Amino acid sequence: MQRRDFLLGSAALAAAGVLGMPSARAQAPVTLSFWHAMSGALGERVTQVCDTFNASQAGVRVEPVFKGSYVETMTAAVAAFRAGRAPHLVQVFEVGTGSMLGAGPAVRQVWQLAQETGVRLDPAAYVPAVRGYYSLPDGRMASMPFNSSTPIAWINASLFERAGLDPAKPPATWEETATAAQVLKAKAGAKVPLTTAWPSWVLMENYGAIHDLPYATKDNGFEGLGAELVCNAPAYVKQIQRILDLAKEGLFVYGGRGASGDQLFPAGDCGISFNSSAARAGFARDAKFPFRAAMLPYDPSVKAQPNNSIIGGASLWAMTAPNRTPAEYAAAATFLAALAEPKADAKWAEVTGYVPGTNAGGQELTAQGYFARTPDAEIAVRQLARGTVTVNSKGLRLGRLPEIRSILEEELEAALQGRQSAQGALDATVTRGNKVLREFEASMRG
Amino acid sequence: MSERRTVFAGSALPVLLVAPQVLLTAVFFLWPAARAVQASLERGDAFGLSVRFVGLANFADLFADPLYIAAIWRTLFFCGAVSLISMGTALLLALCADAVVRGRVFYRTALIWPYAVAPVVSAAVWLLMLHPQVGWLTPALERLGIAWNYRLDDAQAMLLVILASAWKQVSYNFIFFLAALQAIPTSLVEAARMDGAGPVRRFLTILFPLLAPTTGFLLSVNIAYSAFETFGTIEALTRGGPGQATETLMMKVYRDGVVNLDLGASSAQSVVLMAGTMGLVALQVLMMRRRRDVA
Repeated sequence: MQRRDFLLGSAALAAAGVLGMPSARAQAPVTLSFWHAMSGALGERVTQVCDTFNASQAGVRVEPVFKGSYVETMTAAVAAFRAGRAPHLVQVFEVGTGSMLGAGPAVRQVWQLAQETGVRLDPAAYVPAVRGYYSLPDGRMASMPFNSSTPIAWINASLFERAGLDPAKPPATWEETATAAQVLKAKAGAKVPLTTAWPSWVLMENYGAIHDLPYATKDNGFEGLGAELVCNAPAYVKQIQRILDLAKEGLFVYGGRGASGDQLFPAGDCGISFNSSAARAGFARDAKFPFRAAMLPYDPSVKAQPNNSIIGGASLWAMTAPNRTPAEYAAAATFLAALAEPKADAKWAEVTGYVPGTNAGGQELTAQGYFARTPDAEIAVRQLARGTVTVNSKGLRLGRLPEIRSILEEELEAALQGRQSAQGALDATVTRGNKVLREFEASMRG
Repeated sequence: MSERRTVFAGSALPVLLVAPQVLLTAVFFLWPAARAVQASLERGDAFGLSVRFVGLANFADLFADPLYIAAIWRTLFFCGAVSLISMGTALLLALCADAVVRGRVFYRTALIWPYAVAPVVSAAVWLLMLHPQVGWLTPALERLGIAWNYRLDDAQAMLLVILASAWKQVSYNFIFFLAALQAIPTSLVEAARMDGAGPVRRFLTILFPLLAPTTGFLLSVNIAYSAFETFGTIEALTRGGPGQATETLMMKVYRDGVVNLDLGASSAQSVVLMAGTMGLVALQVLMMRRRRDVA
């Protein structure tokens, strides 16, 4: 008995200590907690953005907190919400959008925030390919684009020259890419003629967007939770078969899942690597050879005029908590609006290597002569602006997309090992992926 | 029993002395374990907005999934291999270190060092050595005629994560084996030597049986280590691939719980893993006890 009382007593004490903290919060200015997943140099840039905002006005103080990787940050936000202590703003990676949209009362979508607070947060200010990923089908924005990139091709200029290829005329189609890979191997002795980071995002999801092919039913999931994968259609099979053929000839070298492929390009014996446009800063630091950016290749027999690619990166979500005041939501909206200012957006793109999210931010960079100085930075912007955004090229709105990506990469690995055909790999992806989608749907319907 | 027993006068002092440990166990083990059991019986969205009780449905789904069954066998193999390699190597090193007279402290310190390395850091070191394209050991392996590419070779991937995980645990096992060896009276070993027993025979008939309690304890620790704490190493090296070749149960728990935010399925898996590990350890303790009774 005695012991039990003692335990209860200490538990109560500990709880009081934790719960007692918020009451000590200062009256003014309104303090916003902003959880983000930007480590290292990018994390410093986030702090700078917040400092600039804090210095520009007196009413709101934003406090950025680094919470680990994208996955860790999202898990932390979910756990915090369950404990009634969600941050005001949280940075969520693009593939988490489906889950956040399903979070209902846990989040205040951007359009609600604008409506309730009267702060102007205009979707039209954003580049269509960027805002589309984070918008509802009717165009209302759910979250605020923050850091956006898109996959492009990175070209080793010195290997190209050694192979007798012109780095200023990079291969535009898949056929030209295959030929270039052959020449790179034969004439320049490239150990890795062609590779990619983020296999699912680059080789499949963006392939679908560029060629205007549906990836899943219900407009890639934008129209409802009942979406089913259709990424085993003939055009996708052709794409994977092409990768398998290139791999068999030693022209495509598999670099691993997710970001594992990052390491191959800076090592110097890789001719072409597909990777995020945001990889530029890292390559500039690590690569000891001249390199250039080019657009992702396309297949003219699937679509004569390639479309825009889709983005990767993250957006900012406003979260709810019990006792959160209207003043706090208004402060969050003010901060989001400040981030969308052309000068702030241009500055952010320039110091991080992400693409400018707003149209005006891009114009600002052009006016400053930034793209003239660093033409590589403009490749991603141009690729995102190419063609008109369709239901197939605005992104994927699928629950548990990270898991679907893992499944695809697992099946691709089995195909690269020669254990199954391209069709078999994609059929298995669709079957296993749909099971994941149904589980997500069931969890959302409660 | 000739043990001396300390008897406290009241109950206040003993309770107070035991309380910190009880509190720690309750807060960091019992409470989370109870929550995991509770969550394993529920299904709902990540944010906890629509959670409902589903009984054993999460477990039924789990055991109906052939990929999960395959992961159980894979994990058993992985745990066995890691324990065997790390304990075997540690025992060998301890026997050598025990025989060394000069520079004993140096060897001991050098062998204990790896234990202080974080799993992800040690994985990064392994990666530097054995990356299929940029690793500095890879060209040497290729010269030996081994096409080293663990990204697309199941057996190589498994070998890599086993070696990296086992390496990390060798130091820990080493400390215990060395201490146990030093506790064995030299007179016993010397008597055997005088009777003409060679080193192998001495080890098999004297040292190894006397090390049994330590070996038993270390086996439990190593099984728990390889089941629960190798996650960082595997995640950094192979992420469970290629295919699912190195996806252990712990990797699946992380994948479903943290990445997919599917708390029901993930909790059910934790409970299975917890029960399995506890079962193995209980079995092993039972066997040790019976053996001691027989002896």
